[in-house]
Parts: sequence; structure tokens; C-alpha cells
Amino acid sequence: MTLRHWLRPAGLALLALTGMAALARPGAAQAADHTGGTLRLTSATATGSIDPGINYTVQFWQVLFVTNDGLVAFDHTAGAASNDIVADLATSIPKPEDGGKTYVFTLRKGIKFSTGAEVTPDDVVATFRRLFKISSPNAASWYNVIVGADACLKTPATCTLAGGVVADDKANTVTFHLTEPDAEFFDKLATPFADILPADTPTKDLGTIPAAATGPYMITTNDPQKEMILKRNPYFKQWSAEAQPAGYVDEIDYSFGLTPEDEVTAVENGEQDFMFDNPPTDRLGQMSQKYTKQIHLEPLFAIFYAAMNVNMAPFDNKDARLAVNYAFNRRSAVNIWGGPRLAVPNCQILPPGFPGYKPYCPYTKNPGAHWTAPDMAKAKALMKSSGQIGQKVTVIASDRSSMAQLGTYLTSVLNELGFKATLKVISGNIQFTYIQNTKNNVQISVTDWYQDYPAPSDFINVLLSCGSFHPGSDASINISGFCDKSIDAQINKNLKTAVTDPAAANAEWAVLDHELTDQAPWVTMFTPKQLDFVSSRLGNYTYSDQFHMIFSKVWVH
Amino acid sequence: MSDSVIDTPTPADLSGGGMGEPGEAMAAARTRATEGPWRAGLRKLMRDRTAMGAVVVLILIILACVAAPWYAQHVSQSDPFQSNLDGQITIGKNTLDIMQADTGGLGLGVTPIGPTWRGQYFLGADDQGRDVMARMLYGGRNSLIISFASTVICLVLAALVGTVAGFLGGWVDTILARLLDVLWAFPIYLLAISLSIVLISKGLQIGPINIPSNSLLIPIAIIGVVYVPYVARPIRGQVLSLARSDFVLAARCLGVPSSRILFRDILPNVTTTIIVFAPLMMALNMLTESALSFLSIGVQPPSASWGTIIQDGEDLLYTQPMVAIAPGLAIIVTVLALNFLGDGVRDAFDPRAKLRVGKG
Repeated sequence: MTLRHWLRPAGLALLALTGMAALARPGAAQAADHTGGTLRLTSATATGSIDPGINYTVQFWQVLFVTNDGLVAFDHTAGAASNDIVADLATSIPKPEDGGKTYVFTLRKGIKFSTGAEVTPDDVVATFRRLFKISSPNAASWYNVIVGADACLKTPATCTLAGGVVADDKANTVTFHLTEPDAEFFDKLATPFADILPADTPTKDLGTIPAAATGPYMITTNDPQKEMILKRNPYFKQWSAEAQPAGYVDEIDYSFGLTPEDEVTAVENGEQDFMFDNPPTDRLGQMSQKYTKQIHLEPLFAIFYAAMNVNMAPFDNKDARLAVNYAFNRRSAVNIWGGPRLAVPNCQILPPGFPGYKPYCPYTKNPGAHWTAPDMAKAKALMKSSGQIGQKVTVIASDRSSMAQLGTYLTSVLNELGFKATLKVISGNIQFTYIQNTKNNVQISVTDWYQDYPAPSDFINVLLSCGSFHPGSDASINISGFCDKSIDAQINKNLKTAVTDPAAANAEWAVLDHELTDQAPWVTMFTPKQLDFVSSRLGNYTYSDQFHMIFSKVWVH
Repeated sequence: MSDSVIDTPTPADLSGGGMGEPGEAMAAARTRATEGPWRAGLRKLMRDRTAMGAVVVLILIILACVAAPWYAQHVSQSDPFQSNLDGQITIGKNTLDIMQADTGGLGLGVTPIGPTWRGQYFLGADDQGRDVMARMLYGGRNSLIISFASTVICLVLAALVGTVAGFLGGWVDTILARLLDVLWAFPIYLLAISLSIVLISKGLQIGPINIPSNSLLIPIAIIGVVYVPYVARPIRGQVLSLARSDFVLAARCLGVPSSRILFRDILPNVTTTIIVFAPLMMALNMLTESALSFLSIGVQPPSASWGTIIQDGEDLLYTQPMVAIAPGLAIIVTVLALNFLGDGVRDAFDPRAKLRVGKG
């Protein structure tokens, strides 16, 4: 036997093993080929503070999804699984104790912030205290179930959450004690508000200064007028591909300032890889013919609606509200958004495909499951019976292109019904808070709502419960001012049912959805679809229902 | 009367200028020498073919805009203020959607119907499915009304301020002149935009008078006020000069009251300046109104002006550029006509212009 004789089978065996390994993990081999490069994103504007405890926008939640982590996270994957909760900084998802009022999270060891400091239980406690100290937008509505939250809401500066969030350094655990069971507690922990920050993070809005990161990327430059640059976090080591994958690109450059028209051109020319804003409708035809492979149409759990103030004339009259609902041509609204491929007509509170959704549309010719056509005869009859003909109405819409157009159309419908309607278009920067404040006496306004997490209460409880109506405040998300005690009681009942029986709760939410639709506090217009336009070099496009395109999952090589 | 407005015959006029026999020329010159300055100016204006062409164009535009309701009812057969996003029209034997869904590729997007070059949707539809031609005519009414009314306000205010400041002099002149300076110090569009944003968000309340935010009176008032310094300062200068002229000094020496001097001697001389300014200011005001309306702070929906229609067309530049081009052309033609008319009026009534004409 010669050495050559021995080497040949050994070499073949090695080759075979390598081949088998490659076959066993094709994704890994392929993935390795795609690592590196710079992902270039563009948007017309930045959206305010980058503080995870403050920012409440899809645009920056998309960024925070790859820079920061909570105890749990939404799975960084595509499809329905992206609504699943997975353990992130915690080793596992804890089982509820004490009838759903206590959760004990064990932290993973060795996870470091981008400062080099290790994540400890004290950081978790400090993070939740900080939410109250900086008046995080949902501190009062989401995290008020934590024991001690009431005191924190009264005097944020001295917030301790004593007995509510308890750290145990020895056991490396954090225990949450709730005042009552909360079926959506994990969902709330998986949003960027609950991203864990170092305990010494200033207890004020960080504004443009990025917080320390735990994810694969950290923000190194943030100039809202110009750009945001993300580079790899040197202390990141992947602990869970579901919770926080390592990411393919080495750098992410987010530029601000282009108009949506220019964004389309930049992506077409390969100067940018992704545009955040919706493409202008007059570019859609050209894009859909020339750049078919670069367009991704994805489901969106959102609604566009006109909120009618039920506490103020003329929409304190239910017949007037019903009349507008019957007269409103949803197909016209869909046309404004870009046509039937980009939106579906909707009459109810919940968007199609959402938990608890059962199709229902009373405001159409031939009422049934779906909207087919406006019923002007019925609408005009209702207007007559309402006695509101000739009433002056001002429609408030933002200056974002489609919103202004929807406002124009709604004004036209109101005038056709016999109102004396005018449109007031105000800056998108202030419109959303302006229409919430009852001091502004807004009668009807055009707005939208995108899910925070996949639970019916995120629409019904958040947007139409008495608890979300705060007269005189800019943060009164129940824009219609709709408050019905019996419906509130059903909401509370469903929230409790969801703790033990989510399926039964969803059935109850569906009933409530239909009841609210019958009350007509809104004119629900349509549910849009997400249109992502990406460059030809961008690969492995992955869309999460929660945070849309996942920046750490795409590659540019 | 001041000699500054006497229509002195030019050498060309006196020599006959190729008009016929020397005797006839002399007779014509005699007639001109005896006719008043207004009549002479008007005659000169009528002889200006470019100015007369501009007048004809302006009259046609005004007539077309006045006929807007008739056009909407009988030709376009649509309500130009009512959205029509789900409607159809019949052209020949074909029934077409006004908002046409794109069918190529992924089938994304909806495009308004383009120009049909027929009665209905002659220039196509806008993003609300409304007839652009009908809206153009209605919009033209508002553009013309605003530019005309704001010009009247501007000229009246400017004449008042300029005359009072120049004639009274002293501390009154100092205060008014500095106020004009302050107003002039602001970039004109920035000032107009700032005022528009404030007034359009809340309307205007002056004592018991409440002007709603969507009233045309707001852009009229804003545009009328911001250009006052541009007219008032030359008028003030002219009044200052006239107040020191020999005929005014003579009148004062004769004990003629100041009010009489002002109304009989000063104002008639200033009037020519105001008339010369009128068409030029109207053109300028039309451009300003269009700019403000384009920025959503001029005419408010559902009303329209040429500026708002250009704004409607901004989102359709790739697919239906006619929505923006048509009102743009209307503005260009109207402003050009006003400028040509303004030049003609200046040549006819401004003494310095007469000198230029004479040299030519």
C-alpha cells in the first residue's frame, strides 16, 4: 500500500463529508457568501427621538429591531411566525405563576451592551423605572399593570416600581409582579419600549443620541437632517437566530431628505437599496411594469379611517354618522391609495386577517361580509332623518399626499350628503396630536392606525375604550371620544378571557368588533398593503408582520 | 395742472410721421395739443398693437372664466368640485373608467383619464376624477378675482400712505416711511407665507367681522398688503417732488388750502403712476397667489385657483402632466398679457416713457 493509495480514499471521504456538511446546511454556506457590504436606506424624514422608550414609529422601530433587545422578542422571520414571541435576553419564556400575575425571567449570561458592560438584572429594573421617569408614551396604558406603576405615574421622578420589578443578581433573574393578569404582557415586552438599556442611561429623552445597543448593529451617527449610520456592535455574539440574528451587511446607512419621487429614482438607479416612504401613486404604473422583481407586496395589519367626534355636532347624531358610512365609496378611497392591488375596502374596526377578524360590512348595498358599493339612497334618507343637513363641517387631514387626497374625497362626500364641508390640511408633524385634543374641536379627521402587536385589543381597547379618551390632552388616542360603559365592560371581560383562553377571547372580540362597527364612530375606509421597493442587488428579502423588512436578514452581496 | 402730464407732441408727430399731407398733420397736431392728457394717453394706448392684443387676450380669458358654470353644466356635464373617483364616461362606443387601473406588470396604480379633446374631460381628469378644464375655468375666476382685488387694495393703500407721507412730511413721513422700510425688509414671499399660515389656520377676526380661513378675502388681503411698499415708495417720492414744484409753491403763495392743493394738483399727477402700476401689479399678484395656493396656503379646497390645480397636478407629473401644464400655461398667458398691457399703459401715460417713444 502506498501513501497515495491511502490518501485517495481519505481525500474522497473528506470531500464527501464536506459535501454532506454543505448539503446539510445549505443556508449557512450560502449565507457566508453574502456577508458584508453596506445596506443603503432612504426616507424623506427622520421620525423624532431615537430613544427606545420614546419613539413610537414604524420607521425607527424597524431600526431598533436590529439594534436593541428586550427580555422577549418577536421572531425575526417571515410570515405568520413573525408574530410569535421568542426568548431574547431571557433564557426562555417563563410560565405564568400566581394565576398569571407573576413572571420570573432568567437572563442569559455573557450578553454585553455596545459599551462593553454586561447586561444585568439591575439594568432590567432600571429600564422599566425609566419608562415612567421619561413618560414613555404607553407607560400609563401598557405597563400600568406592574405593581408600583400607580405611584410611578403619580410621581415619575421617584419611581422605584418597588415590589413590581425585582432583580436577583445571584440567581440572575428578574421577577415581574402584576396587579392583574395581562394576556398581552409578552407582546408589550417585545416592543422597543421594553428594550433593555444600561442602568446608567439618563432618565430623560435621549433625543438624537443613540442608546447603548445589544443587537448586531449599533447607531454610530445620527443626524436627523441628514443620515443615520449603523455599524456592527463589536460585543455582539449571536445567542438566538430567532430572537436576534447576526445580520449580513456590515453597515447600514440611512439617509434622510429625499422626496418620495427622488427615493423611487434612487432605488431604480441602484443608488439606494430600500425606500421607507410609499412610492408616489403616479410612479406605480412604471414601477410595476419595469421593476417587477424589485417590488414586494406584503400584508399589513392597519386601517385608514375617518374618526367622527361623537360628542360634537353634527356627528353626535348617530344617523349622521351612519349616513356618512353608507355614502362613503370605499373603492374610491382604494383608488386614491393606488388601486385594488394595494388596498382592500374595509368597514369594520379590525383589519382583515387579524386575530378576532370576522368579515362584516353593514354599510354597503346588499349588506353582508364585504363592501360592494355605496348606498346613497339610504345615506340621504338617514341624513334627512338626522336633521343635520346644512351643518358646517371641517375635515382635518394631514399634508401627506394620500391623506390630503382622502380628505378631499371625504369633503366631497359630505357636501354631496348636504353638509357644508370644507377641508383643512395641516402638517403631518402635528396633525396626529391636533386631532386628538378635544380643545381643537375637531369634528372629523382622516387618520390611520397600524398594529403594535397582534392582539384585537390593540385596535378596540386602544382606539375606542373610555380609558383611551382624555379630554383636553394631545395624547387621547380615542379620537372619536367614543365611550360606552357596556362596551368597556365587554373589553375588560375579553382581556381577562384572553389570559386563559385566547381562542374564546378572539371570538368575543369579533362580536365586539361588529357592535362597534354598528355604532359607527368611524368611517373605516380600507386596509392597505405594504409595498416595499428595493434595489436589484438586495437579496433574501424577509418581511416581518411586526417590523416589516428586517434589515439584519437582507444581503447586498 | 402740472406740465408733467401734458402730452407734448413729439417731433415725429409734428412732421406728420408719414401720415399724409402736412396740412392734415398740422391739424392733427393741433387737435392733440387741445385734447386732455387722459384722452391722449388712451389714444396712444389704442395705437399700441401689442397692448391691444393683450387686452383682447385678457378679455377672452375673462369671458371664458365667467362662462365656467355654463361650461360645467352643458359641456363638461360634471361638478368640478365633486370627486368622481368611481365614475365612467362614454367616448364614441367605448365606456371608460375615469380612474383607470393599470393592468401591465403587477397591476399597481390608478391613473386619471388623460385629455379626451372632446367636451367631457377635454384636458383629462385630476387625482379626484374631476374635469380639469372645468376646474381651470372656475380656478381662473378665483385667480383673476384675487389678483384684481388685491391690486386694488394695494394701490389704494399705497396711494394713501405714499401721498400722506410725501405731502405732510415731518414726523408723519418719518413714521410711515420707516414702516414701509420695515415691511420692505422682509423677503416678500416669506412675509406672505408667514401671514398666510397664521391666518389660514385660524381665520381673521377684526372686531365683529369674522373672515373664515377658507375665504378668498384672506389671500386678497395678504397679497394686497405685502406689496404696498413697492408702490407706496415711488408715489411718496413723486409727491415729495411735486410738493416742492413751482406750481404747488405758487398755489401755496396764493393761499390755496392744502386739501385743495392735494386733490387738485398732487393727486391727479400721481394717478398716472397708479394706472401704470395697475396691470403690472396685477400680474405680480397673480403669480403670488399661484405660489401661495400651490403651497396650500392660498385658495383653500374645495375652491380652486390655477395655483391649486398645479398642486393637484404635482402628483401626476409622470402620468398626466396636462393637469399641471394647463393651469401653468394659463398663468403664463395671463401674466404675459398683463405685462404687455402694463408696458403699453406705461408708454401711453408715463412721461418718461413718452420720451423713449419719441426717440424711437
